[in-house]
Amino acid sequence: MRFLLPLLAFLALAVVLGLGMGRDPRALPSALVNQPAPAIGLPLLHAPQQRLDTAQLRGQVWLLNVWASWCEPCRAELPALKVLATRDAVPLYGLNYKDRDAAARKLLAQVGNPYVASAVDTDGRVGMDFGVHGVPETFVIDAAGHVRLRHTGPVTAEVWRDKLMPAIRNVR
Amino acid sequence: MIPEVGVFALVLALLVAAVQAVLPLAGAHWGVAGWMRVARPAAALQCLFAWLAFACLVQAFLTGDFSVRYVAANSHSELPAVYRFAAVWGSHEGSMLLWQCLLSGWTLAVALCSRQLPPAYVARVLAVMGMISVGLLAFLLFLSNPFERLLPAAAEGRDLNPLLQDPGMVLHPPLLYMGYVGFSVAFAFGIAALLSGELNAAWARWSRPWTLAAWSFLTLGILLGSAWAYYVLGWGGWWFWDPVENASFMPWLVGTALVHSLIVTDQRGAFRGWTVLLAITAFSLSLLGTFLVRSGVLTSVHAFAVDPGRGLYILCFMVAVVGGSLLLFGLRAPTVRGGGWFAALSRESLLLANNVLFSAAALAVLIGTLYPLLLDVLGGDKISVGPPYFQAVFVPLVVPALMLMGVGTMARFKRSTLPELGRRLRWALAASGVSALLLAALLPRGGSTAWTPLSAFGLLLAAWCVCSTLAHAWQRLAGADDGGTGWRQHMARQPRGWWGMLLAHLGIGVFVFGVTLANGFESRRELSLALNQAVSVGGFTFELQRLDRSAGPNYDAQRGHVAISQEGRPLTVLRPEKRQYRAQGMPLSQAAIDTGLTRDLFIALGEPVDARTWTVRIQVKPFMAWIWIGCALMAAGGLLALTDRRYRATARRRQPAERGAAVLGHPQEVA
Repeated sequence: MRFLLPLLAFLALAVVLGLGMGRDPRALPSALVNQPAPAIGLPLLHAPQQRLDTAQLRGQVWLLNVWASWCEPCRAELPALKVLATRDAVPLYGLNYKDRDAAARKLLAQVGNPYVASAVDTDGRVGMDFGVHGVPETFVIDAAGHVRLRHTGPVTAEVWRDKLMPAIRNVR
Repeated sequence: MIPEVGVFALVLALLVAAVQAVLPLAGAHWGVAGWMRVARPAAALQCLFAWLAFACLVQAFLTGDFSVRYVAANSHSELPAVYRFAAVWGSHEGSMLLWQCLLSGWTLAVALCSRQLPPAYVARVLAVMGMISVGLLAFLLFLSNPFERLLPAAAEGRDLNPLLQDPGMVLHPPLLYMGYVGFSVAFAFGIAALLSGELNAAWARWSRPWTLAAWSFLTLGILLGSAWAYYVLGWGGWWFWDPVENASFMPWLVGTALVHSLIVTDQRGAFRGWTVLLAITAFSLSLLGTFLVRSGVLTSVHAFAVDPGRGLYILCFMVAVVGGSLLLFGLRAPTVRGGGWFAALSRESLLLANNVLFSAAALAVLIGTLYPLLLDVLGGDKISVGPPYFQAVFVPLVVPALMLMGVGTMARFKRSTLPELGRRLRWALAASGVSALLLAALLPRGGSTAWTPLSAFGLLLAAWCVCSTLAHAWQRLAGADDGGTGWRQHMARQPRGWWGMLLAHLGIGVFVFGVTLANGFESRRELSLALNQAVSVGGFTFELQRLDRSAGPNYDAQRGHVAISQEGRPLTVLRPEKRQYRAQGMPLSQAAIDTGLTRDLFIALGEPVDARTWTVRIQVKPFMAWIWIGCALMAAGGLLALTDRRYRATARRRQPAERGAAVLGHPQEVA
């Protein structure tokens, strides 16, 4: 019997792969499109005694960028984010995902901090609420606090111009 | 006309493969020699037709025949000729055709190099490979036909993905596939042995050179893929634990275990069931890798076009091949008995430890790669498992394996004793401690990065890998020198397999050294750099001297000229580019890298801030080149071992049994 265990393990794997095929890994879970953004309420990276309260951001369109210092594309997009968000005056908030505070602060000190504030999601729970699949990800959230767009992968000038800004202008 | 010839060749190849899959197998079962003899000519014919189809596709690309849909989607009239050739495997259909061509190439090689093996066994091996060919050729013809016409023809092609327009990409897929597909030989040998019910040491001996060859190609393929990510993706990293990278790394880990497990099965007859399971697993993971890349179940930096119908086919194919072989294993393996006895401390036990650790590492990578998918399927959330998981799980599994590497080569088969091992290893231990300290003191330390326990340990581990390997070589060459022969003659008498092992193990040490220093002591800055502004990173000064435009054959680029100096001494000028490929309008940052033996200087352009200022990424990576050198040494070791005399001596050994035993007596010492 124990010689058949590899076969059983493989068949279980095949079932998972078969079920997984019908899903688009890049798609945002449909429950979140045009739905209220999940609450964050996490301590801030540079001021741990304060918390990021999404309710206070109502009335303006803002971006939430999920990032981590261990993520190479995140490091790569930071300078561009800083330049672009400043130029177009879009409030950019960060969600520091499954990271160490010291490493995160060090990276921002080196590269420059593009965020108004960054919340610390050490165990990734809020990231899970947002359905984060792979960092970096960027969400456009409108004045009523609804998620309008999700972008996976690094933000470049082209993505900003062709995808994020049109969505922002749409809901402004 | 020529594309139709290609389709026709594929149809013929499929028919021949079907005959090759059925007739020799039936012949081996019922003992009909005439049917078994069909296998070799069928393999040759199948290979001929597959490569004829490949040649037709190459012709369509080189002449720019945009009436073929695949060519129109992946080529362009301005594309340089070398990339037009590489574009043949630049996307799904062509790379599947390449897979099939390499498979029939391996099949032909087995057919040609197996004259000395029992005919029934060869018939079974070639039949198993024929079955895999049938599956792939049917896939090509019905779901991924590269010759499909586009009518009316496109006026211009859509161009090859700019990310793939890189010299590394010309060679990376063929080498990687040579490795993937090469494991099908070990797989077919194992299945044939299970089918015949004779799972003996001879099967392991025949599999060894094929497995080594596949493993070496896979090593080179991964090396080139990783170098490509380093040069082209422009993030400055060289390994991202991306699903597609993992897909190639899992067969490598299991293949490494297999190469070592085969030694024990060949020389001591032990671990027979386990070794054949590894052979099945290595090829299954190659198929899984193909499935993951081609079906789009996981996201990755390698954004290939995906199609669920193809994914479903590959999944069904995989279930048939892997499920069938594991079922066969489950039925036949319980009848395998015996194997040589060995003590708890012996080369066998140490090689078993290597096997367990490498398999566990492969399992850890598999879990990390598929976990997001599993959660998604179970109705949970979409998450990703980042590099922190892989580093936390992978490193503790591989480090003990590397520590045992030096011990394993010193240990004897059957039984070793601790005092003896200690005596043999104490010099290696002392030397690695001393050399690690010396290295730590002597290394040029640019930048402000301090020593961490992890980097100190990495250096010690690298020194241990090198010193224990050298100590083993020294003891074998000097210690056994009793007959008064010079060490030169003694060296010449050592088998190539042993030299290959030394080279590969030294490569591990070099690789660990490179990883430790490149990752532990890199200096990196992401910043805005204005014209004529200078910035200091890792002891080097980078000055943006000039910005201009340049034009390539199929792209326009903005180019920065960055002069690099060290302590006022000018070193070089690097020219990173931000390219805009005309056909797809796709921007691509081409990093400029100055590679040296002791450091890599890396600079990539990010986004323009204004007319005079760009965001840039600058990195100084000490000893980066040693990572590539280490990998190349491992592959070279594998290829050198392949040329060992004993793999060619199998033919002569079969005739006089007594002489055969004498020949065997010598390589027993070899690992």
